[in-house]
Order: sequence, then C-alpha cells, then structure tokens
Amino acid sequence: MLDWMVANVVPIVFYTAAVLVVAGAAGVIWFRNPVHAALSLLATFLAVAGLFVLQHAEFIAAVQIVVYAGGVMVLFLFVMMLVNVRTLPREYQYVRSLLPVAVVTGGFLAAVVAAGLFARARLGAAETTALTAVEGELLGNTEAVGWVLYRDFLLPFEVVSLVLLVAMLGAIVMGRRDRREEDAGEEVRA
Amino acid sequence: MITITHYLALSLVLFTLGVVGMVIRRNFITLLMCVELIINGATINFIAYARHLGDVTGQVFAVFLITIAAAEAAIGLGIIVALVRLKQTVQLDQANVMRG
Repeated sequence: MLDWMVANVVPIVFYTAAVLVVAGAAGVIWFRNPVHAALSLLATFLAVAGLFVLQHAEFIAAVQIVVYAGGVMVLFLFVMMLVNVRTLPREYQYVRSLLPVAVVTGGFLAAVVAAGLFARARLGAAETTALTAVEGELLGNTEAVGWVLYRDFLLPFEVVSLVLLVAMLGAIVMGRRDRREEDAGEEVRA
Repeated sequence: MITITHYLALSLVLFTLGVVGMVIRRNFITLLMCVELIINGATINFIAYARHLGDVTGQVFAVFLITIAAAEAAIGLGIIVALVRLKQTVQLDQANVMRG
C-alpha cells in the first residue's frame, strides 16, 4: 500500500486537489449563504496552490496562499461582516429563467475549449531546469521567477504596481462616506 | 501519468463553473467570487504551460494575474459597500437606476 502510494504520489495529489478544486467551485455557486460560499472558495484556492506545487511553481503557490487565502478571502469576509448579509432581504438563489442560458453558455464554452484541447497530439513535457535555474546555476524557483520578473518584465511589473495603487485609491474613495451626507448627519445631531 | 491535458481540462472545468455561476446568480458577492474562480482557472493554464514548455515566463504572468485579481477584488468589494449604502441590497437586479 505504502509502496503504491509512493510510486503514484503525483496522480494521487493531482486527483485529490482536482476534486477539491471542482467541489469548492461548485460550492461557490451552490451555497445560499455567502459566508459558506466564501469558505468553499477558500478550499478551491488552497487546492489550486497544491496544484502549483506539483507544477514546479513553488513561489506562485506561496503567493497564491498569501494573496488569495490571506488577503482576498479576508477582504471578502470583512465586507460580508460590514454589509451584514443577514439583515438584507432574503435572496432568491437562482434566476430560473437564466438556467438554460447558463447551461448553453457553459456547455458551448466547454465544448469549444475541449475540442481544441483534445484535438492536439500529446507532446512531451520539457525539462524543468529553466524553472529552477538562473543562468545555468541551480538556485530555486523563487530566484528564477525573480530573475525574469525584475530583468525582462520590469516595465510590466511597475505598471502592475501602478494598477494596484489606482485600485487602492479607488477602493478608498468608494468606501468613504459622501461629504454632504456627513454634514447632514452632523446638522441633525446638532 | 499526469500530462498537461489533465491540467488544461481542470482549468476548463473551473473556468466554466465560474461563467455558469456568473450567469445564474444575482448576488453581487457571489458574482465576485465567480470572477475569482475564472481568474484561478486562467492561472492554472499559465502554470501548466510554464511547466510544459520549461519556461518561467508563464509563472511571471501568473504573478501579474494574481495581482490584478487582488486589485479587482478590492474595487468590486468597494462597489458592494457603496451599493449597500445606496440601496440596502446586494442583488444586482435591484441596482437598475440606469435602466432606460
């Protein structure tokens, strides 16, 4: 049993993670309570991080956990707390009339991509050395990503940081209370 | 043997589930989560091809993708807070001020 597991560690991890990913994604659509949906989404994020480790992307797996499981998920749960979903009028879960549209859209999308996917002959995977080496020297995945990121993609990197700044400013501006609203509130209190 | 096809098929399933969720759900918060599902599916694609081609560039683009997803989540949740303040709802079809 143990020998079999050691010999087949990659398929075992892949299929476990794949089942978790799909189940989590289905849960996001299925659960009526947004908090349950968010926790289901968390399972998907963590399983995807596991898949990244299998694919020799250890650094991206760490980023995935820190940014998604740490940042985005906390943001989602925070907003749900702030909005207090329970006090809102009860949601009807699905738009029934749109269900056929969803099935057709999803089926069409899946068919087109799957056709492209399986029509191609299977090619062998390349060597993994480029994923862990910097100029022929074996260092690690993080070093390899950093080398390419800060050398070949410096300008896109700066642009993305600018995008983050703009997003932050936008979120602050939208989250702020309206000035007139604030003044009116003060007048009422006075 | 797990080949790139397995990863691409998984990312396809994830992407499709995200699209289906965006079509049938009307809760703004759930909709944002579906966008995250779609972006995760795309990231799996990038990582799978980085491994397949033995080129680290795909992983660099995955970093960009994750960054953009985080920015998108921040903006979207800001919009939710503003919407709730204005209309006391997260149902998207209640937000129909601009409907002609």
